[in-house]
Amino acid sequence: MKLPLLSLLIWIPIISGCSLFLLRKNAYATLVRRYALSTIIICLGLCVLLLRGFDLNQWEMQWREEIHWIPKLNIYYALGVDGFSVPLIILTCLMSLIVVLASFHSIKTRIADYLAIFLIMQGLMCGVFSALDSILFYTFWEAMLVPMFLIIGIWGGKNRIYATIKFFLYTFLGSVLLLVAIIYLQVMARKMAGVEPSSVFNILTFHALPLDFTTQKWLFVAFFIAFAVKIPMWPLHTWLPDAHVEAPTGGSVILAAILLKMGGYGFLRFILPVTPDASQAFAPGIVALSLIAIVYIALIALVQKDMKKLIAYSSISHMGFVTLGLFLVFMMTIKDSGMEILAIEGAMIQMISHGFISAALFLCIGVLYDRLHTRLIKDYGGVVNTMPVFASLFMLFSMANVGLPGTSGFVGEFLVILSAFRVNIWCAAFAASILIFGASYTLWMYKRVVLGPIQQEAVSTLHDIQGVEKWMLMLLALGVLWLGIWPLPLFNFMHTSSEHLITQMLYSKI
Amino acid sequence: MQISELAYVLPEIWLISITALVLILNVYTTKYSKWITYVFSQIALVGTLFLIGELTGKKATTLFYNAFMMDSLGNLLKFSICLIGFFVFLFSRKYIFESRSYRGEYFILCLFSIFGMMVLVSAQSFLSLYLGIELLALPLYALIAMIKEDALAPEAAMKYFVMGALASGILLYGISLLYGVTGTFDMQVIATKLASQNQEPHSALLFGLVFVLVGLAFKFGAVPFHFWLPDVYQGSSIVVTLFIGTLPKLAAFGLAIRLLVDTFPAFNEYWQQLIMMMAMLSLVVGNIVAIVQRNLKRMLAYSAIAHMGFLLLGLLAGPVSGFAPALDYIIIYVITSLGIFAIMTAFSYQGFEAENIQDFRGLATHSPWMAFLTMIILLSFAGIPPFAGFYAKFFVLDALINAGYVKLSIAAVLLTVIGAFYYLRIIRVMFFESPTESNHYQVISRSGVAVLSLNGLMVLILGVFPTPLLKLCSTIFLMPK
Repeated sequence: MKLPLLSLLIWIPIISGCSLFLLRKNAYATLVRRYALSTIIICLGLCVLLLRGFDLNQWEMQWREEIHWIPKLNIYYALGVDGFSVPLIILTCLMSLIVVLASFHSIKTRIADYLAIFLIMQGLMCGVFSALDSILFYTFWEAMLVPMFLIIGIWGGKNRIYATIKFFLYTFLGSVLLLVAIIYLQVMARKMAGVEPSSVFNILTFHALPLDFTTQKWLFVAFFIAFAVKIPMWPLHTWLPDAHVEAPTGGSVILAAILLKMGGYGFLRFILPVTPDASQAFAPGIVALSLIAIVYIALIALVQKDMKKLIAYSSISHMGFVTLGLFLVFMMTIKDSGMEILAIEGAMIQMISHGFISAALFLCIGVLYDRLHTRLIKDYGGVVNTMPVFASLFMLFSMANVGLPGTSGFVGEFLVILSAFRVNIWCAAFAASILIFGASYTLWMYKRVVLGPIQQEAVSTLHDIQGVEKWMLMLLALGVLWLGIWPLPLFNFMHTSSEHLITQMLYSKI
Repeated sequence: MQISELAYVLPEIWLISITALVLILNVYTTKYSKWITYVFSQIALVGTLFLIGELTGKKATTLFYNAFMMDSLGNLLKFSICLIGFFVFLFSRKYIFESRSYRGEYFILCLFSIFGMMVLVSAQSFLSLYLGIELLALPLYALIAMIKEDALAPEAAMKYFVMGALASGILLYGISLLYGVTGTFDMQVIATKLASQNQEPHSALLFGLVFVLVGLAFKFGAVPFHFWLPDVYQGSSIVVTLFIGTLPKLAAFGLAIRLLVDTFPAFNEYWQQLIMMMAMLSLVVGNIVAIVQRNLKRMLAYSAIAHMGFLLLGLLAGPVSGFAPALDYIIIYVITSLGIFAIMTAFSYQGFEAENIQDFRGLATHSPWMAFLTMIILLSFAGIPPFAGFYAKFFVLDALINAGYVKLSIAAVLLTVIGAFYYLRIIRVMFFESPTESNHYQVISRSGVAVLSLNGLMVLILGVFPTPLLKLCSTIFLMPK
């Protein structure tokens, strides 16, 4: 019998997280840490099995599981993965590992609760990336909000309550429309001849559903609000800087590395295949919004005084590349030129690489924050003198954020810019301006924080990173370099799925 | 009438007999009299549960010259009413026993009210329907005024009484109009007569329908007949709110089905417009006004109004597909609100009611498990998966969109987001703020925690496994009469 790997990846962390609540006494702190760590190592082991059993040449969903859940309404507990979801699931497990490692130093209070909530969240995120039933997807998607709400609210900074409620309501508002859209699609599926009644809530059924243009337009709007809030796109981004600034380091890492990717994944899974004609019609608008995000938000990042806020804005700007890449496909002047796949894969690589880079940058800021308890740029200066190892790793991640060739940041951005040339030169020029703006805000921040003589007395008391702190940053550095130098394995992974997605996108449903 | 018909009303007979017995026993005060009253009240309910269980699966029958209906809907509602009633007594026992002036009448009046609900949900004629409504309401007037000793309680009782009497009057007027046109109180006969009419319905019939619906809306607390609800919730003692906030909703649902399905199926298009207006108004008023409340009971009253609005949407969605989700919704709503009121009761004692939102400051540091249970319950209210409240809402929305009301459902979900805000505020107070000097929490006994956990986890379990309850609810509406 085949192992139900996806279910295990979802439920092992959730169950072990729930059991961690029983070990709330402070005396158990070490045990709790080891327990959480071993859970995640088991999950990573399962990820290896998932990779080994994955057939690269097949675009159909693999590792499928299907159990009746609500038979009355034909809702299934249906799981399955393709080339888009597997990398995201692995990214999720890796980032959870990083978060657990990061908590060893920075979280002193209620460690059991903290790790328990993160483990539960890890399970739910794997659920989002592997659900094939739309209601199951929605369940994981929404349930995700609760642990994040608690993480920011309990362990967050000074203004945490405002930030967390804003985060929750913003994303909740987006998602309720998603629910209505799903139910509406199900109603359409039920009316359609040839659709099996048992699969009316299945996402794959939605993909094949013929829809007229008006319907598609409304569905697009509903989906778009849900996913654009999550990703987030300008002008629906305002929750993100607040949430990032107030969240604890682990919260920021998950928020930037995984949560934002859920928005991008939503685009891939719902908007593009379900409403291709509406996407075609709205593509210029979306591309414009993405370009605004890339340029305008980068300018905002330039003037930030708070390091975390700066990286948060940089995240929004970089996620602009994801939406840009996805919607460029519709605007290419020559169809079927083979450039479409570059745009899609560029967007996808950008997501994975941004997961690594933003996580690493937030961790770097976390390292500094743990020592001096301030995130303001002006409170630092000359950190390199006291923390040389840290400074060099921070340098690497800053360069990756800028998009230096050889780091993962370059690959995705390069591919998207390359395909933007196929649309028109202005589009490409705007997109490419990220290389300048990104370099200015990142390197300027780096210069003010790390380089130069020691400005503040407090900085001279800093001690360099060692032990766990060092190893987790090393691990991320390895990921960034590997994706930058040899991204081919990842391409191979997504290739078949991307090709399939493009045929779905370019096929008119009307 | 045949004597064998009595077999079908054994639950009611048993309940009223034991209640009468408790009434007598309560007069004698001995050392154990508190426990005697309590135990016998619970025996009354458990016995009723058992007898209702005996009746399940029997064919639907009308009894007593079509005044009374024994069917699966009635049985399910009666079963839930008695079961929830059992838990209400369980949760309120400590508070009642320890209050300075002990009132055993609490249990007796509640039992009488439960008896009224049982009559109401099985009414098949307007006479028994009216009898049920009055039997339900009269003990409540007394209860509200009795248990709590401050100025708010008599005010609440008075308000409830006057408004209730007015609603009853309107309902009676509607019934008399219907009687005037059709010449009968029998619901089934009225239904056939209405269905056989070909021309425009007589305006007296429409007036009758509207007035009867007003009576129904009053029981639900739907806008614009909601004004009594916040005052009554706030004015009553928490144990009375625990009762009023849960059981009568089930009874009102029974009333709705008896009226809309059994009596007025032919007038679908007329009552649907009214229900739609009331549902939307309830959602808007309930969700928006709840935001500014500082008093938790009052906030929950407005939340109840909003939830009733959602329930009415289910009724609107149509005879076959919409009623089962609505029934599912009301049962889950009642279980959830039982949980929140029970937690409030557990933290209250004579002279102190844990009813302000600030009374729950920092609960998570004091007793994390209780805070966790409260969080589950509130998230279920807000409609966040995987808690039961979400699936209840989802089933209603599904029925609604299937029936073609897409715009209505978009409005409903957007208003739910507004609703989430005030539930989150309580979670925020419990989890993100630390307790102040003035927060002193009752220590809850182990058994109390166990029962509360059962209730709270039920909300989670019914969420992860929503199928059995939904299936049960749909079989009821699929069964032929």
